[in-house]
Amino acid sequence: MNWIEEQLSKAPFLRLDSEQTTRLLVTTLREEIEKVGFQRVVIGLSGGIDSALSLYLAVRAFGADRVIAVRMPYRTSSTNSLTDAQIAVEETGVESITIDITPQIDAYFNRFPEASPLRRGNKMARERMTILYDLSAEHRALVVGTSNRTEILLGYGTQFGDAASAVNPIGDLYKTQVRQLASYLGVPQSILDKPPSADLWSDQTDEGELGFRYIDVDILLYHLIDLGLSAQQVKQKGFDPSFVNHVVARIRQNQFKRVMPIILKVGSRTVGTDFRYLRDWGV
Amino acid sequence: MKVGIAQIRPFLGRVDQNLDKHAQFIEQAKAEQVDMIVFPELSLTGYNLLDLTFDVARVKTDEQIQSLVEMAAGIDIVFGYVEKSSDHLLYNTAVYASDQKIVHTHRKTHLPTYGMFDEGRYFGRGQRVRSFPTKWGRMGMLICEEVWHPATTYLLAQDGVEIFLFLVNSPVRDIRTEQFANQREWRLLTQTNATVYGAYTLFASRVGSEDGATFLGNSHIIAPDGEMACEADIFEEQLLVTEIDLDQIRRARFQMPLIRDENLELTIRELKRIQKRRIEEVDGL
Repeated sequence: MNWIEEQLSKAPFLRLDSEQTTRLLVTTLREEIEKVGFQRVVIGLSGGIDSALSLYLAVRAFGADRVIAVRMPYRTSSTNSLTDAQIAVEETGVESITIDITPQIDAYFNRFPEASPLRRGNKMARERMTILYDLSAEHRALVVGTSNRTEILLGYGTQFGDAASAVNPIGDLYKTQVRQLASYLGVPQSILDKPPSADLWSDQTDEGELGFRYIDVDILLYHLIDLGLSAQQVKQKGFDPSFVNHVVARIRQNQFKRVMPIILKVGSRTVGTDFRYLRDWGV
Repeated sequence: MKVGIAQIRPFLGRVDQNLDKHAQFIEQAKAEQVDMIVFPELSLTGYNLLDLTFDVARVKTDEQIQSLVEMAAGIDIVFGYVEKSSDHLLYNTAVYASDQKIVHTHRKTHLPTYGMFDEGRYFGRGQRVRSFPTKWGRMGMLICEEVWHPATTYLLAQDGVEIFLFLVNSPVRDIRTEQFANQREWRLLTQTNATVYGAYTLFASRVGSEDGATFLGNSHIIAPDGEMACEADIFEEQLLVTEIDLDQIRRARFQMPLIRDENLELTIRELKRIQKRRIEEVDGL
């Protein structure tokens, strides 16, 4: 049994029906892109598992010739990431574009040599976002998102950066479920097996930075969000109290990343408050 | 009797385009000699309308609504739309049209307003659950959430229903087994109602997505013995057509005369007692 199966056997409530989940995501990804008049999609491909899964789903939805993968390395990005992204490109047969973001990032931070890794990481994520949206206009292709449910809930991402997209097929999948589905769809083993990393600086790993393992936080999130148990109740179930407190606080503190900007109400029909329409208005 | 279920994907808020789609499905059904075609809930408007609810609302006599009613020639048509009443209230309404006339209107009585649903914000509550006569026996229409309230199917069954028409928009959730959770639950509801009331049960369910919520489809027909007569696939538009044998209703009821043995007096008496107690006890139960 591989390690992904092992994790799922410990948390069977996280296990998805791979075939049906794929059918749902592929059907609806295609519909949500095509019904607003687009035939192509563009995806930022980091070499990690999340963007790989989005890529493989998009290829199933549209075929390889309607998917554009964009690699946007910085000079400190790991070469493994670039290679893994290339393997995914070759295996799916999609068109790929590589844009080195080093010149613009370094030009900016030459003015702020003391800038923290956080600032640099956020800047890179937003630089990549602007490139994807520029290519979106060039190729008439909508940006497909690559943020999973775990990082959205934890706020482990950059607002208006990697969190930005037109349609996100994996945003309701926990990281553990991303792994299950990626494995099912044949994402290359090297991508499945390597430790997840935002790759914003060398030797960064998600689990090192977050301070806990994805499988553990996914189990906790399932109990808190899906089952609707209180922090007190999950502690009684044996979850470490400081872990629970930390995660609960993160979810609350990062709510701002999950909503549109606050608009100060003046009129009687304020966008987002009492001017309410779906994006799918009229389609 | 030949019945058809139009498992369509409506355009959100586009009555004009949806009218065309209805016409296409009705045309196809007529070509297949279908006697009655059933469209899903809010088939003329789409589901999660939010503020579009005001724009798509139509009075019963509206030209677009009447143009659809006029298509009910040689075929009976069941469809859903946002009805505007004369006192400017909006309803999630199902219509049964026959011989180019509306013969029955049903306004949704139970409006889901929780989780991803917000119907109570826009719609008024219907106040009637009634069966009505058709060329093929008594029918009763229920709209989605209503079926989850057993009182509605109970009332219709006591009111003589032989064919249940369920007009449904069911968003998929929970994909941990081959059958989606909502698919499993709906199957339980349709099979249970068909079986305990000895009635044909038609489940007309839309497909397509609205802002990432995917509607199930899987329209189906359950015979009065609880067996699946036929079913449509998930997610794809389809006209599901099948011949149903109305004599099966008689046979099912001879075999299990549950409606005969129902005790309305007991039900009403106990309900009145419970109602009285709830009024007296300030805190509910």
